[in-house]
Amino acid sequence: MRSLRVNKAVTLHLGAIGVLFALQFVLPDYHHVNLARVMVLAGFAMAYNISFGYTGLLSLGHAMFFAAGLYAAGLMARFAGVGAEGGLILGVIAGLAMAVAVGLLALRTTGVSFMIVTLMFAQAAFLTIFYFGEYTRGDEGFIIPSGLRTLFGFSLVEPATRYLVALSLFALCVAVSHGIARSSVGRVLAAIRENEERTRMLGYNVFLYKLAALAISGAMSGAAGAAYGFLFGYVGATFASIQYSIFPLLWVLMGGAATVLGPFAGTLLMFYLVDISSAYTSANMLIVGLALIGLILFFPKGILGTIRERAAPWLP
Amino acid sequence: MAAVTLLSTLNLSKRFGGLQAVDGVDFTFLEGEIRALIGPNGAGKTTFVNLLSGRIPPTEGRIVFAGEDVTRLPAHARVNRGIAYTFQITSIFAAMSALENVKLSAQRRLSKGVFGPDPELLERVAMSALERVGLADRHGEIAGNLSYGHQRLLEVALGLGLEPKLLILDEPTQGLTDQEIGVFVDLVREIARQASVLLIEHNMDVVMGLADSITVLDRGRILAQGAPDEIRRDEAVRRAYLGA
Amino acid sequence: MDFGPYLLLATLEGAVGAAVLALTALGLALVFGVMRIVNVAHGAFFMLGAIIAWWVADRLGVGSALNFLAALIIAPLAVGAVAVVAERSVLRRLNYNPESTIVATIGLLYVIEQVALMTYGPDARPVVAPWDFRIQLPWFGYSGYKILVIGASIAILLAVWWGLTRTRIGLMMRATQFDSETARAFAIPVDLVYGGVFAFGAMLAAVGAVLVVPIQQAHYLMGTDPLLLSFIVVIVGGLGSLRGTVLAAVIIGLSDGIISVFFTPTLAKIIATLAVATILIVRPRGLFGTRPT
Repeated sequence: MRSLRVNKAVTLHLGAIGVLFALQFVLPDYHHVNLARVMVLAGFAMAYNISFGYTGLLSLGHAMFFAAGLYAAGLMARFAGVGAEGGLILGVIAGLAMAVAVGLLALRTTGVSFMIVTLMFAQAAFLTIFYFGEYTRGDEGFIIPSGLRTLFGFSLVEPATRYLVALSLFALCVAVSHGIARSSVGRVLAAIRENEERTRMLGYNVFLYKLAALAISGAMSGAAGAAYGFLFGYVGATFASIQYSIFPLLWVLMGGAATVLGPFAGTLLMFYLVDISSAYTSANMLIVGLALIGLILFFPKGILGTIRERAAPWLP
Repeated sequence: MAAVTLLSTLNLSKRFGGLQAVDGVDFTFLEGEIRALIGPNGAGKTTFVNLLSGRIPPTEGRIVFAGEDVTRLPAHARVNRGIAYTFQITSIFAAMSALENVKLSAQRRLSKGVFGPDPELLERVAMSALERVGLADRHGEIAGNLSYGHQRLLEVALGLGLEPKLLILDEPTQGLTDQEIGVFVDLVREIARQASVLLIEHNMDVVMGLADSITVLDRGRILAQGAPDEIRRDEAVRRAYLGA
Repeated sequence: MDFGPYLLLATLEGAVGAAVLALTALGLALVFGVMRIVNVAHGAFFMLGAIIAWWVADRLGVGSALNFLAALIIAPLAVGAVAVVAERSVLRRLNYNPESTIVATIGLLYVIEQVALMTYGPDARPVVAPWDFRIQLPWFGYSGYKILVIGASIAILLAVWWGLTRTRIGLMMRATQFDSETARAFAIPVDLVYGGVFAFGAMLAAVGAVLVVPIQQAHYLMGTDPLLLSFIVVIVGGLGSLRGTVLAAVIIGLSDGIISVFFTPTLAKIIATLAVATILIVRPRGLFGTRPT
């Protein structure tokens, strides 16, 4: 029964990755690019899910981890001519380091204080980008020269390579999420989410587990940020704004917190909701606002969370 | 068997603002005993065991457990040394199954490195803890759906999963029916064959039936200490507690 | 200009900022104190107040003083009505769960902002000050209206303080803040108090906004800075402590005004933001916090 359950989950995830692989051959150009973008952003959402979904850490500052990766990669490309191989590694390191530094301080608080402290740190990071506007060019941002956008000799400007790299990142994030959800560490994280004091009194160093969850989440966010920069060529302060801290929360809530594929489902759905609505109005963030209110009121478990509850308890 | 000291406190004190909740307690606890901690409401019993388990830091004094000074150790490290605490207000993982609950308490001890324990071994150990409290046939039920009495038993199973040297039970029979209390008393006796038990309890029948010795706290100080019969006869205890 | 007069000018500007900030932050602090929730849409209520004020003045057109007076009455009432609807239809259903409310009020913030964008548009528009009297100092002339703002803010703060300490409604609010369960047992309509407090908090933000539109134009994104500053004030002032909030508003408003005259605003903001985060980590109850329990 247990192994059957695990196999079902593995099959589902491999199947999802397989379908995404096949889609690149049939999708028209416009949606081909969109899906690549969604996969990278879904990596960011899955990162957020590690800390929020599995561990219960509601951060309002994850944009700073994404931006850490984006800017570490982007600035090194711009000023040191680093390519995608180095850029991705730097992105992971930057996201990880930022998450550990922020976590060491912010994890001394819980609940609402944690939300506000992460928000404040992210705001400080956002303003720092403007303070060093000479290098970052602030709001306007900068382009990563296409000559540098290569990975092991393949050009990332090429749609097919770009799609495959996005898919690989996505698959890696699925593997990490799946691994954590199924591991004994994942069980402790879930226990912390549910009853922190009890978990401590079972002998677990709760602070360390939370820090580890935030560090993994930060590293994944940094990877997504660096990949975003190299795949789409643009680095700008918008990605560090409060909006980009709210987005992953929204995506995860919509798809289902603490589910492996929920963040992807949420990202895909919101991306197309906003995309379609912007054909009709410039106020497309209205959809985001209404979605947030509607979800928290009526579907606090999100799409996959609701399916898991009603129909498929084995869903990872 | 020579009596070995498992835990002792020296001048242990805790002050909350103007309230001296625990006041210079020197306490010695022997390996293998069942000790009851009694006293009127507000005597400082829960504060005292919270100091032992490390949930709150003392204002003054020292705690020595199994020959090691644990005064400055955080709560989770003391659990790892063998001090297990079961909560007065039932505190379990309500959304998880009973088995998952106990797996959580057992897996840290069974883990080797970062990869966690062997799943089959973990399952076996967790099931045996559930068997000992009589919840084996309910292992798949969501903990939050269990009856109150069963949740109290699961709470004890969480303690057993830790295989502690010292199990602190904070008012374990509160809210249980007479029949459930009977089951509980038998269970504690059974546990005491492998672990020492420190029991905060209001039910005098349970205390007199279970305890090898009794410590009476009153206004943060030890008022009396001794075998159940001595305590029953002690004048000061009568005045402060039984007569109240 | 010499340093002395320059400092005086900076202080005056800071005092005006502090006056508006005190009103806005007091609204946020009341909501947090009584309901134990963080209202992220507070800045949106501020913005809504400013935009409605512009709209009233624009439609009425009966002279700047009367226009402004009408706006000062209508805008807070309209914002209060919006807040009541939001509280009844969303927050109450969430049972005021702290974390869910934050998510929901973020949603509310986007909805209000985007509806403002769709109806009012992306432009910034001013409301004419009720009178254009200038106070002539030896070194520079200073807008009489700005002095009026400071006076009005002090008057409103005193009125709120009187209402909270001397009236039955104020007593009910304080009882609910202290312990909502016990308040309920004493037949205080806690549910109504929550609705009222949420609306009143929003109205205070709206009043602050109406006072500010003659100085700073109405724009659909103008709520962000007041929100962040109010957050800072409420945290530094000790979450929920009203006296601490007003004191912190004065200190922070003044120093913000003075700092932004002398230093680059970005660095000042970075330092202020990090300082506030540190305060929350080291002293979770704020600098002046003396909250019971």
